[in-house]
Amino acid sequence: MMDYVVAAVTALLLIAGALFALSAAIGLVRLPDLYTRMHSASKAGTVGSGLLLFAAGLYSEDPMILARALAGFIFFLLTAPVSAHLLARAAHRSGYDLGDISVRDDMAKR
Amino acid sequence: MITPAAIITAASSGALVILGLALLLTVWRVIAGPTLPDRILALDMLTGIAIGFIAVIAIKTGFSLYIDIAISLGLVGFLATVAFARFVLSRGSIKSPPSAAAAKGKAKKRRTGRKRQ
Repeated sequence: MMDYVVAAVTALLLIAGALFALSAAIGLVRLPDLYTRMHSASKAGTVGSGLLLFAAGLYSEDPMILARALAGFIFFLLTAPVSAHLLARAAHRSGYDLGDISVRDDMAKR
Repeated sequence: MITPAAIITAASSGALVILGLALLLTVWRVIAGPTLPDRILALDMLTGIAIGFIAVIAIKTGFSLYIDIAISLGLVGFLATVAFARFVLSRGSIKSPPSAAAAKGKAKKRRTGRKRQ
């Protein structure tokens, strides 16, 4: 019985993580400019790969491996905003404009 | 009666198909992306998808050592993105090339077409 619960939760996490990654990729293709694409890739993409890692840790039924998978998940959650912010700041400072449908740019004068 | 292994096999096959689709879309953005930061962002996303692939393969094969590989790939991807961001920053502004537009000062007009990448 426990096997079925673990297998069902793992399968759910697998499909959910893959769908998060797919939605991040669709956003990366469809959104209009760099900054909105960054919004898609760095949030949904991180959650997608993190959920898949968590599924791998859960299916092994070993606390050591689960702890490593959770450590990896937390590491991704901590580093994705940092790298996205660095890239957005660098792109904005070197003059890549917002898309045409953007309403205002609060950092335009800095 | 469906065994738990059959559930896991079906779910991981479906996850591999969905991740392959996401990988193709992201590779399209790497190739077509109009500017350099778009390509950098898509490469970062590609690292995330590769981590997802590795996790699904770890479930499919049962080797838990793949998780360590996924963690180290995440570290390398983070460092690569930070290095690319420093590179974009150190390359300077794309709006005022050092020869032509320096005389006009920092013109406020917005260029819609991104010529230089």
